[in-house]
Amino acid sequence: MVEKVLVINAHDNVAVALVDIESGDRVVLPGGEDLLTVSDIPFGHKVALVDIDRGEAVFKYGEVIGRAACPIAAGEWVHAHNLEAPEAVR
Amino acid sequence: MNSFDGYERPDGTAGARNHVAIIPSIACANGVVDLIARRVPAGVCFQHCHGCGRAGPDLELHIRTLVNLGKNPNIGAVVVIGLGCEVIRGDALASAIAESGKPVEFLQIQDEGGSVATAEKGAAIAARMVEEAARVERTAVGLDRLVVGLECGGSDAFSGVTANPAVGLVSDRLVAAGATVILTENTEMIGTEHILARRACCPEVADEVRNAVERAEARTREILGPFASMVIAPGNMDGGMSSIREKALGCITKGGGTDIRQVVAYGEVPSESGLVIMDAPGYDVESMAGLAAAGTQAMFFTTGRGNPVGFPGVPVIKVASTSRLYEAMKSDMDVNAGAVLEGRSLQDVADETFDLLLKVLGGRRPAAEANGQNGVLCLYTSHPSF
Repeated sequence: MVEKVLVINAHDNVAVALVDIESGDRVVLPGGEDLLTVSDIPFGHKVALVDIDRGEAVFKYGEVIGRAACPIAAGEWVHAHNLEAPEAVR
Repeated sequence: MNSFDGYERPDGTAGARNHVAIIPSIACANGVVDLIARRVPAGVCFQHCHGCGRAGPDLELHIRTLVNLGKNPNIGAVVVIGLGCEVIRGDALASAIAESGKPVEFLQIQDEGGSVATAEKGAAIAARMVEEAARVERTAVGLDRLVVGLECGGSDAFSGVTANPAVGLVSDRLVAAGATVILTENTEMIGTEHILARRACCPEVADEVRNAVERAEARTREILGPFASMVIAPGNMDGGMSSIREKALGCITKGGGTDIRQVVAYGEVPSESGLVIMDAPGYDVESMAGLAAAGTQAMFFTTGRGNPVGFPGVPVIKVASTSRLYEAMKSDMDVNAGAVLEGRSLQDVADETFDLLLKVLGGRRPAAEANGQNGVLCLYTSHPSF
């Protein structure tokens, strides 16, 4: 089966969609566990791997890429609408 | 394989091409350069929008860039076309370029009887230079005389996963072979300055790295205010990038993992070998002009959304971040790093890219060069003109 998402770094709490993923799709993670998507994730975009609280750091490349602007559910699309850019570029 | 077939230059550099360049000192001479180009298609033309209306740092920057473009090792001979009343003096450009020891001729439109007469004379000179250049043979040149520029444009979420890390492995291999690799686009380093400064060879360079990126950030804030964090082209946002730091993390992987040896100004030739940062903007065509002036004989240009643009006189190798892009714009792409997403190893893609670089340095034309996608010479400016 072709992987639908790519987790770049083991510390990351988001993964990158390798195909267009629809809401309700079942995605297999590297550990073998299932993730049920709760929104459409366009090809190349990020999906939350776990529930992320408001203000919690979002990790990609093993580095903080921003903070959750609102609670983000596991399986939800993560982008500019729910991700606050880090201090450096506020 | 620590050499390429290049052209020896009198100043000790070595070119991957043996071009004849036609450089105007002022935008008002662009038409004459066009006329010469029509008669001598082999000539490489550097029409630009400047030459007057500037003072201070921008004037200095434009003169440095035009002179260093003329001195680029890929250029074997130069014709400078001046007007006569411009701020950037054509005769001064010509003599500064001639310090490299390569043949340089200078014509001034107001002294040669106007534009048509200047074009006729210029075309005859350029045609003779092209004939002479064609007689020069390539010889084996060590990679310690190689300078490669790194560029990314139209990034997507995979630029930092496939194309940039693959180019990063090539950068590491080049540095190990004694070459110089220039990472630039400071705007795209914002948010990663702590990571880059950690990799500087000494505290002074670490400070310069931090300062260069902080200046880029201050400028971005000044221009964009509350939208500074969104200084990402819409194409990047559509591709899945949510913030500048996210893009920056993927961007800096192009430079590989070696120490940063030096920070140079826009269009400045590095004095150190190894990984160097050029203090230049993120706008691709402007940063490629700076890289070409820094003496790069070739550039890597990674792209996710599909950017076909190259640069006059300097071959630009396009590395696609996805197979989807590679298939969609096959005639514009050189390497498909997207194969990594289908199971090919990053190292395998890097090896292919390194081998292609040596072939390109030896004369093989990458897509952008073969397609004539030379773009245009855009020079960076920090202030409006007057």
